[in-house]
Amino acid sequence: MQAGAELLEVRDLTIAFPAGEKPLLAADRVAFSVTAGRTLGLVGESGCGKSVTLRSLLGMVPYPGEVLGGEIRWRGEDLVRASRRRLTALRGREISMVFQDPTSCLNPVFTIGDQMGETLRKRAGMSKAQARRRAVELLERVGVPSPERRLRAYPHHLSGGMRQRVMIAIAIAAEPQLLLADEPTTALDVTTQEQILSLLLEVQRDTGMAIVLVSHDLGVIAETCDEVIVMYAGRMLEAGLAPAVMRSPRHPYTRGLIKAMPSLDVSGDVPAAPIPGQPPNLAALPPGCPFQPRCALARPDCAAIPVTLDGDLMAHGSACPFAEAAA
Amino acid sequence: MSAGAIPAVAQSAATRLRKRARAERLWSSFTLWLGVGIVAFIAFVSFAAPLLGFHNPNEQHLLDALQPPSRAHPFGTDALGRDILTRVVYGGRIDLTFAFVTTIIPFALGVLLGCWAGYRGGWLDTVVNRLVDIVVAFPFIVLILAIVTITGPGLKGAYIGVFAVGWALYARLTRGEMLVEREKEYILAARTLGYSPRRIVMRHALPNVLRASIVFSMADVVLNILLLSSLSYLGLGAIPPSPEWGALVADGKDLILTAWWVATLPGLAIVVTGVAFSLIGDGLADRLGRDFTLTTGGEADAGGR
Repeated sequence: MQAGAELLEVRDLTIAFPAGEKPLLAADRVAFSVTAGRTLGLVGESGCGKSVTLRSLLGMVPYPGEVLGGEIRWRGEDLVRASRRRLTALRGREISMVFQDPTSCLNPVFTIGDQMGETLRKRAGMSKAQARRRAVELLERVGVPSPERRLRAYPHHLSGGMRQRVMIAIAIAAEPQLLLADEPTTALDVTTQEQILSLLLEVQRDTGMAIVLVSHDLGVIAETCDEVIVMYAGRMLEAGLAPAVMRSPRHPYTRGLIKAMPSLDVSGDVPAAPIPGQPPNLAALPPGCPFQPRCALARPDCAAIPVTLDGDLMAHGSACPFAEAAA
Repeated sequence: MSAGAIPAVAQSAATRLRKRARAERLWSSFTLWLGVGIVAFIAFVSFAAPLLGFHNPNEQHLLDALQPPSRAHPFGTDALGRDILTRVVYGGRIDLTFAFVTTIIPFALGVLLGCWAGYRGGWLDTVVNRLVDIVVAFPFIVLILAIVTITGPGLKGAYIGVFAVGWALYARLTRGEMLVEREKEYILAARTLGYSPRRIVMRHALPNVLRASIVFSMADVVLNILLLSSLSYLGLGAIPPSPEWGALVADGKDLILTAWWVATLPGLAIVVTGVAFSLIGDGLADRLGRDFTLTTGGEADAGGR
C-alpha cells in the first residue's frame, strides 16, 4: 500500500433516524477523507454522531437509522449503494473495527485461539496450521506475553488491556487497509490507554494502514491523530490538522472542550472549566448553529448562519464566522 | 498463584475461603452426579431389563393376584397377578423415551426459533411471539383431547400434543436471552469481521443463549413424565396393557385401601425419576450460572497487566 494514497472519501454523509414528523439527523453533511498511513480523529460529546458515522462506513448503521444522503467512496467505490454481499466481503478484510468494551468484545465461550483462528481461516483464507502460527505472531505483535499459552485461554482469563490487544490482533488479522476504532481506550485505565494507543500507532507504522479514531477524549485525539474533526449534534464544527486545532482552536465549542480538559498542573491557576448546559437534544435543535444555547459568544445572527466549514481538513475550517472577530 | 503472595496473618482466612469454595463446588457436583447416577440407573435397568432377568411384563398368574411385596415379587403383584416391579421396569422404557424425545425436539425447535426471532427481529419476531402467545394461552388438556379425538387414544396423541406446545417456552426464553446477547460487542465485532448471519447466530450467539434453556429442560423432562402419567391416568395416553407408569397408578387407584402397593410403588418410580432430573437441573444451574473460573482456576491471574 502506498502511503499518502487516498483510501476513503466521505461527502455530505447524512444519517437519519425516524422520529415523528421530522427525522433526527445523527450526522448532517459530514465530509472527510482518509489517506493511507494517517490517523483521523472524530471528537465530540456522547451522542454527537461520531460512532454512528463510524459504523456507517461499514454499512452498519444501527436499525432503524439509515444513510439518507451523501457518498462514502472506498477507493473509488460507493459503499452507500454497495450490495450487502460486497459489504460483507469488505468487512474484516479491507476495513475492520475495534470496540470500546474489552469485557464484551470477545466471545466468552471460545478460547482466544478459536476466535483468532476463525478470523484467520475464514477471512484471510489460511489453513489451520498456518492460522495457528500466524495467531502466535499476531499476539506477539500486539504485545501479549507467552502467546502460545494465551491461545488456550478464555477471554475471562485476561485483563481488560490484554483483551483489547487480542481484539486489535483479530481486527488486523486479515491486514485491512483501514482500521476503525470506536473509543478503543475509554474503558481502560490510563497507563493501559497509553500502551494501546501507541500499539495502534506502531501497527500503523508497520502496515501503513489508515485509522479513524473516535473518542470523546481530546487528549487521546491530540496525541494520536494527524487530523481532527470536532462534531456536535451530528454537524462538523471544526476540522483541521491536529496540532493546529489543538493549539489554535477556531470554534467556541472546540475552545470549550480544550478548556474543559482537566490538567495535571497542580499549581495551575486555570481550573478546568466545563461547558455549561447539556449535550444537545437532536429533536430540539435551534435554527442555525446547534451550539448557540451553550455558547458564551452567542448572538442573534447565530440562528441565521449555515453550519458549514469555511475550509477543509487541510485548511483548518471552522463553522463559526464570529468567534475570531469577538476574540 | 503462589501461597507466598498472601501475608501470614491472612493464611488461615485464605485456607478457610479455599475450603468453602471447595465445599460449594463439591456440593453442586454431588447433586449433579447423584441425579445423573439415578437417571442412569433407571435407564439402564429399563433398557437392559431382559438381561437382568425381567421378562414379559404382561404375563398373568391369576392365582398370585394382589400379593403384597415379598421376596419373589419385591413390588407385589396386581389384580391379574402380574409382577409390578417387572411392569415398572418396562414402563420406564416408555416414560423415559417419551420424556427424552418430547424434551429434546421442542428444545431444538424452540431454541432455533427463539434465536432467529431475537436476532432478526421484525416480522419473524412478531410471528414467533404471537405463536408463543397462542400456544401458552391455549388450555393444554383441551388441545390434547382434540388431538386424541383425531389420532385415537395412545401415545401418538401425547407426542403430537407436546411437540405442538413444548417449543413455545424454549422459544420465549431463548429470544429473551438473544435480545440481550445481540447487543454485546462481540456480536457487533463478528459482524464487522464480515461473518454471515448464520455463522453469527449459530456459532457465536447460540452457545451464549443456551444456558437458561438447558436448565429449564431438566424441569421440562420431569413435567413431561408427569404429563404422560397424567394423560395415561385419564385414559388419554398409553392404553392397557401397556405398563406406562401413569397407567399403572391408574390401575391401582381402586385398590388403594386394600392393596396399597399397586398404585404407590409405580408412583414412587415417577417421584424418584422426577427428583433425579431436578437434581441434575439444580446442579447444572449452579455450574452454568457461575463464571467458569472456578472450574478452570490457575489461569485467572495470568497475563494481567
